[in-house]
Amino acid sequence: MEFLADVFVTPFVDMVQAPDFLMQVLWEGLVSGILYALIALGFVLIFRSSRIFNFAQGIMVVFAALTLVGLFALGVPAWLSVGLTLVVMFVLAVVIERVVLRPLVGQPDIILFMATIGITLFLIGFGETIFGGENKVMITEELGIPTGDTVLEPFGGLLILQHLDITVVIVATLLVLALLAFLNYTQMGRAIRALGDDHQAALSVGISLQTIWVLVWFIAGIIALVTGIAWGARAGVSFALEVIAYKALPVLMLGGLESITGAIVGGLMIGILEKLFEIYWGQPLLGGNTETWFAFVLALIVLLFRPQGLFGERIIERV
Amino acid sequence: MLYRTAGQFKTSYVADQALFPVRQDAVLLTIILIFGWVIFPMTASEFTFQTLLIPILIYALAAMGLNILTGFAGQLSLGTGAFMGVGAYACYKMVTLFPWMNPIVAILLSGVFSAGIGVAFGIPSLRIKGFYLAIATLAAQFFLVWLFEKWSWLYNYNASGAIQVPNLEMFGVFVSGPQAASVTEYYIVLFVVTLLTLLCINLTRGNLGRTWKATRDMDIAAELIGINLMKSKLTAFAVSSYVVGVAGALYVFMWKGAAEPNVFDIPLSFQVLFIAIIGGLGSIMGNYLGAILIVGLPVVLNVVAGTQVFEISTGSALLLAALIAAATFLFGVARNLWGMAAAIGFGAATLIYGYAQLQGFRIESALIEHINVMIVGALIIFFLIIEPHGLNQLWRLIREKLIIWPFPH
Repeated sequence: MEFLADVFVTPFVDMVQAPDFLMQVLWEGLVSGILYALIALGFVLIFRSSRIFNFAQGIMVVFAALTLVGLFALGVPAWLSVGLTLVVMFVLAVVIERVVLRPLVGQPDIILFMATIGITLFLIGFGETIFGGENKVMITEELGIPTGDTVLEPFGGLLILQHLDITVVIVATLLVLALLAFLNYTQMGRAIRALGDDHQAALSVGISLQTIWVLVWFIAGIIALVTGIAWGARAGVSFALEVIAYKALPVLMLGGLESITGAIVGGLMIGILEKLFEIYWGQPLLGGNTETWFAFVLALIVLLFRPQGLFGERIIERV
Repeated sequence: MLYRTAGQFKTSYVADQALFPVRQDAVLLTIILIFGWVIFPMTASEFTFQTLLIPILIYALAAMGLNILTGFAGQLSLGTGAFMGVGAYACYKMVTLFPWMNPIVAILLSGVFSAGIGVAFGIPSLRIKGFYLAIATLAAQFFLVWLFEKWSWLYNYNASGAIQVPNLEMFGVFVSGPQAASVTEYYIVLFVVTLLTLLCINLTRGNLGRTWKATRDMDIAAELIGINLMKSKLTAFAVSSYVVGVAGALYVFMWKGAAEPNVFDIPLSFQVLFIAIIGGLGSIMGNYLGAILIVGLPVVLNVVAGTQVFEISTGSALLLAALIAAATFLFGVARNLWGMAAAIGFGAATLIYGYAQLQGFRIESALIEHINVMIVGALIIFFLIIEPHGLNQLWRLIREKLIIWPFPH
């Protein structure tokens, strides 16, 4: 009985009794949710246009952040380093397309998936060789990102909003909107979507596979840089950042591998729900650190009822 | 010439269905088995046992388990590491709760527990397919590793949170734990691996294996011809998790000696997946080839780099470099110009490196580690490009060429 009360009653009582704390938890969930959504968007773009399940997204985040910090350490001004990092990410996209993807066109999905894991390993080794394995500090102030915080007092309580988090939410939202506009209103964007809908039809009307692949990998690189800056400013730049890419996977499952809306909704849902679960159920009842698996288990349960995710294309199978 | 099959007639169905329809295959296997059972144990050093022989066998076994699920039954799994962990923890609990238990029996039984958990996590596969399933198996991966950390009963309430292998005796000989000799451990690993390989070969050749392959190739079609998908998928999960669990028990008890929960984290899963894919999905022998490459290569690289604790003469370093160059060249020749160019490049780099060694050139060990990771990543891509079907396919091509040699067709 007592256990049932702990599971079904106490957490909600806590929530009602301390609404300011609940809002704090929700806010933090929202911030990480937006970042998950952003990474998941990178996955979805690549998956739609090439059926590649891009495992290297996580290491691209680390690599972009490391390059940025590394360039700045060399004495390059902060804004120029951002520009140069974008150039590096573009070169990376071209090299990946040329060296890895092009020879593997038409191979089974799992082979391409493995190739992205190969890319991941290579970039880990490459990044460590060039930048060293130790933790670094993100150049938050030099980039002009505000670092203070605002204290609100709703319901007579305390709600602390880090300016950094506010910036992240605004920038990420803008980036998502820009991406949606790009996909819907530009020729290149439409080409990406066409490729996602029907490979052969898109090729036959003259859409270049190579160009699009470089483009989506470059977009994934831009997303990686933004996520890298945001996450690096909160937790420092190290190879541990790679794990946030794993968080994008349940987001994809929940939202559906092909769906851009799904990535956004799924990201926000997982960000908020996993924080709530960790604070109100995980820490008091399960010994904490449930964030490593909660999102996966949640997605698994949802998938049992909707095998294609919440927004994924209906899977129609024919013999 | 050595592989000529002329004159080997099959006059009965039994002969046609034999494990080795070609006599030379059986001879080759016998030679390999003699090496494994007699020559290696007699000649290998402590270092070779601990860094090459034992881990290669254990990883090959784990990859074989995964291969049954992914290669034969077509269900992609990224949770191998966690299932190895289940086997290891089950074995640990058994030998500490029942100290009188025969260690080999405990190791073989520990797979039963991972099989049970594997089936539980395999149930979603009835509805979820492809990459969705792969991510679903990650749920098992993260949840189980978290459980190993938080459920202190599993590690007997140790302060360290790690499982420590006790000294286990069998017929008066220490077989596991700090006091066991490497040779004994090697023989036990070899015994278990040989046993399970035999089992897997026959399972995949039999009725069950055929239903798995039908499920893999197209599950709806398989269902239409009367295959029970639930039975087929869940048996694949059970057998696969059993083998993986036993490999996990061997991993801790016969090799590592102790393990923390994070040992079974996602890098282990990926390492096993690499072995299975580089070796060749849907093959048994490929797992061994893949394990030799993935486990052996970093060791060889380390030795070539001269950073190992023990001294290695520059002569043997050069020899190793030449060997790697020759091997990669062979792989290149077997495929196409692209592969050959890459092989020559890689071989030349190794040779230059060996020469630099000769001149007394050394690199810091941390850097070597990083370059190792980089090279392994590049090699995975390289092998996927030159032969997406794995080393096993490469061997098959070479064997076919040998059979018709010296004729081109």
